[in-house]
Amino acid sequence: MTRTPFILRNPSVLIVLAGLAVFTVAVTLLSQAYGTGAVPTSMVKVLGKTLCLALAAVAMDLVWGYLGILSLGQMAFFALGGYMIGQWLMYARTEGIVAAQLAQGPIPATAQELQDAVTNQIFGVVGASELPLVWSFAHSLTLQLILVLAVPGLLALVFGWLAFRSRVNGVYLSILTQAMTLALALWLFQNDSGFRGNNGLSGLQNLPGLDHVDQATLSVWFLWASAAALALFYALAAWLVSGKFGSVVRAIRDDETRVRFLGYPVEGFKLVVFTLAAMITAVAGALYYPQAGIINPAEMMPIASIYLAVWVAIGGRGRLYGAVIGAVVVSLLSSWFTGGRAPSIHLPGYVVNWVDWWQVALGLSFVLVTLYAPKGIAGVFDLFSRRGDRA
Amino acid sequence: MSALLEVSGISKSFDGFKAINNLSFSINAVELRAVIGPNGAGKTTFMDIVTGKTRPDAGEVLWGDGSKSLLKMNEAQIAREGIGRKFQRPTVFEDQSVADNLIMALKADRSPFAVLRWRPTAESGARVAELAAEVGLADQLPRLAGELSHGQKQWLEIGMLLAQEPRLLLVDEPAAGMTLAEREQTTTLLCRLAETRAVVVVEHDMDFVRRLNCRVTVLHQGSVLAEGSLDHVTRNPDVIDVYLGR
Repeated sequence: MTRTPFILRNPSVLIVLAGLAVFTVAVTLLSQAYGTGAVPTSMVKVLGKTLCLALAAVAMDLVWGYLGILSLGQMAFFALGGYMIGQWLMYARTEGIVAAQLAQGPIPATAQELQDAVTNQIFGVVGASELPLVWSFAHSLTLQLILVLAVPGLLALVFGWLAFRSRVNGVYLSILTQAMTLALALWLFQNDSGFRGNNGLSGLQNLPGLDHVDQATLSVWFLWASAAALALFYALAAWLVSGKFGSVVRAIRDDETRVRFLGYPVEGFKLVVFTLAAMITAVAGALYYPQAGIINPAEMMPIASIYLAVWVAIGGRGRLYGAVIGAVVVSLLSSWFTGGRAPSIHLPGYVVNWVDWWQVALGLSFVLVTLYAPKGIAGVFDLFSRRGDRA
Repeated sequence: MSALLEVSGISKSFDGFKAINNLSFSINAVELRAVIGPNGAGKTTFMDIVTGKTRPDAGEVLWGDGSKSLLKMNEAQIAREGIGRKFQRPTVFEDQSVADNLIMALKADRSPFAVLRWRPTAESGARVAELAAEVGLADQLPRLAGELSHGQKQWLEIGMLLAQEPRLLLVDEPAAGMTLAEREQTTTLLCRLAETRAVVVVEHDMDFVRRLNCRVTVLHQGSVLAEGSLDHVTRNPDVIDVYLGR
């Protein structure tokens, strides 16, 4: 058998990456910081966040579309990534501000006084006077960046190991993932969890040490970072599902028992994909929340993960570009329809207000897609190529 | 000759119903064996126990020269030891090409990271082509397995079993749903396979078993009722009683 390069065997990867590059350059040239200013900074942030959601959707597609696990807890990993980077953002910035204040005093502050002041500033709102243990590494960007990958990765590994080895499958596994994210959210809602309870972490849009850089510029930087992360992990995911590994993963989705009798350690494959997807989702979250500026435990409620599943279903699961399309189209439509700017429809005797009716429309389209277009929006591309590209 | 598989005194009950009752069975490294018995005799449970899908309540299943116990292994480990299983209904991965199905079955390291590093070689390509030719699917390699006919799927599954290079092959009702010509081919193939390995065929079609022309084990109510050549067992009054008596 001859072997053509990976990219040539998977033209869709090239198309997605090229599209992403064009999009990023276009937004940059229209931004306030680097271009004409036609796209306001708030819009740049929305677009940057959308790229992060698309990345989370790619990871969801790996787990659901390829491996066949309808995980309703993916956003737990997303939010955890956000919390991990948020700890450093909040701590380092508060430390900078507090140090500047203390420097005006007659005697230089000791390290202990500085830490107490930072603690008081961050945790006064939940009445804690000592720095929680989970903030031990918050002073170090490197350590928190490691935690962005390590904490969600470890959670996925332990959860997956317990669930997969007991052979929990199908709807039971979905419920279990949902319970996981709900439990985590409820724990974080408590004031003594160490993560500021329902206040969450805020002020994340300000990068410590970069006070001289304005938000217009930062928003473009984050757009670039989000686009780069999406490109990198999209290519990685496409490579992962393209070869024999991808074959086995899809085979597990279709007939797990048969794969076992072929001699493959099914649990091992599930763990690898589930954990990797959790880590990719965490990276997406770590890039999303500095653009959103605030994170709180509500972000982890099961409904967020269900939305993610809906995007992937509407976009077309089982192909990575479907997940990207679904996340981008549906999340942008969502923010447009719920942003109050969508024109209401005036029916005789009733006004359809989109802020209220968008959820209904979304739910309805989910049902319709599931029933009549299981391939989702991406199925349209099959009309152009006889056999769907499987990347 | 030492036995390849040695099953001794296994029992298994489901909710009080004894599916397998103190059953013992052994097969040599190179042998063709037919296992017959009426419905509910425990044929499928027996295969489930050997392949690790079901754990017996009592007894021992020993494998190979070192007499390893199979009872502590899971399905995948047992499959890697060299026990292949053909299901009654053809189970191939319909969403993937014939070539991909065969590649997955090729004997190779099965761990996730080894699979991730695996790349097709000239050798693996040749092996896939050879297997496809052997089961008459040489010109179907790029097709989706789901597009194949029922008979072709059966053959693809047999090709996948061959790719695994098992030392023991368990075949569940191979003749079910096959045309006369296909049965003929299957008989020839099973006999040829048994020249180099152990093959156990579970079947209740007596006509098909007669063609296999091999030693027969008759199961009844979870135990071995009789064993020997087909003529020998069909003369056994107990067997006649079970099969024809009621």
